[in-house]
Amino acid sequence: MHQRPDLIVCEECDAVYQRPLLGHCEVARCPRCQAELDRHTGGRLDRLLPLTVGAMILFVIANCFPIVSIELQGLSADTTLLGAVVALAGDGMSEVSLLVFATTLLFPAIQMLALFYLLLPTSRVTRPPGFVPLLRLMQAARPWGMIEVFMLGVLVALIKLSNMAEVIPGPALWSFGGLTVLLTVVVSFNPRYIWHLCDAATVAGHEERTS
Amino acid sequence: MSGIRDDASGAQAGEAQVHDAASLRVTGCHHCGTVWEDAPPDARCGVCHAPLHRRKTDSLNRTWALLIAACIMYIPANLMPVMITRTLFDEQRDTIMSGVVYFWTSGEWGLALVVFVASFLVPLFKLAALLILVVSARRHSRWQRLQRAKLYRVVEFIGRWSMLDVFVVSVLSGLVKIHGLADVQAGIGIAAFGSVVVLTMLASLSFDPRLIWDEAAPAPAPADPAAALPPSAMAQLSKKNEGMQ
Repeated sequence: MHQRPDLIVCEECDAVYQRPLLGHCEVARCPRCQAELDRHTGGRLDRLLPLTVGAMILFVIANCFPIVSIELQGLSADTTLLGAVVALAGDGMSEVSLLVFATTLLFPAIQMLALFYLLLPTSRVTRPPGFVPLLRLMQAARPWGMIEVFMLGVLVALIKLSNMAEVIPGPALWSFGGLTVLLTVVVSFNPRYIWHLCDAATVAGHEERTS
Repeated sequence: MSGIRDDASGAQAGEAQVHDAASLRVTGCHHCGTVWEDAPPDARCGVCHAPLHRRKTDSLNRTWALLIAACIMYIPANLMPVMITRTLFDEQRDTIMSGVVYFWTSGEWGLALVVFVASFLVPLFKLAALLILVVSARRHSRWQRLQRAKLYRVVEFIGRWSMLDVFVVSVLSGLVKIHGLADVQAGIGIAAFGSVVVLTMLASLSFDPRLIWDEAAPAPAPADPAAALPPSAMAQLSKKNEGMQ
């Protein structure tokens, strides 16, 4: 078994092509099924770390403060995301509460922390410890982070409630809005391209040393 | 050698000559995209240590099983109450559809449409689309391959959005707990609904889109993978603006 760096295999239809040399921000597509084969990431990889840090800060704020509070005949109630999870478990819906916990807290947190760790500038030189399991964990967690769907769910719930009670948006609502935008940008980056992050670095470093 | 193969594949489908990785004895890693030649059946990728396989293991059987389970759960998900609202005077049990009807009658048409699409149409569309994909892949059908590949991408993209109702109910049940005055509880229907979403997502993850393109009988392997590739076997290049994508 040996590596063939000159070939590229389409992820979705298994067609084989000669690996194209990509210019700045060029995208290679499979002529048969039109899936993306390869992409020159340009400066996007460098911008990913600050976006991830921003998303992490918003994530903390979004989970520390109440999302909304309602007022009904002088009585008021509010909830955080974790509060909603606990309330579901209290209603005897522990499976659903686990699902909500995993899709809105656990998997997005795994994704952001893993991305933060993997993109630290030192990982351009050598692979940090735990690089392989972390990146695979992140790829597995990717479809299950659903912050943006949760955001839409909150909005629907608010409109539903606005007919019967007074609804006051909390600080976490705005953080969730910002988090949705940042995470969409961060998650749209395919983690496949991180695998060869330090390959390129080692090759470049090697060339420098030999010349 | 390559001339014979070109004729054969050209006569097969009338599409561009494309060489399948399996027929060239190379395997692309499903995780990191590294290409390996002559990989033994139980090998692992040297870059990311993921197991190398030609197709996802038992893809069609797994997808079938998850799909059938999802179809079964779709029934209680739509019939059982997803939300129970208790006020001072009465108790109201809402199903998915009664929530949509409520928005529609109270004049929130846009919202009724969003909830209807996300909670009713998307799961139904996903079940139907996966059924088409599994059945046609099992028959090695050549029918509308490109469209089916695109259909799979759509299924993967929209899958998550049907979680909408689960989140709506969880926010409402967390928020509306005013003792004695109003109380919202999650109903058993939302557990069934959540399981439909998870099962269909697992089904679409276990389906291998490469099966769409597989021919019934594999072609014989040529000696050297690169030599078998005609000069026309090049990827399409396009320039993208360096933006959000």
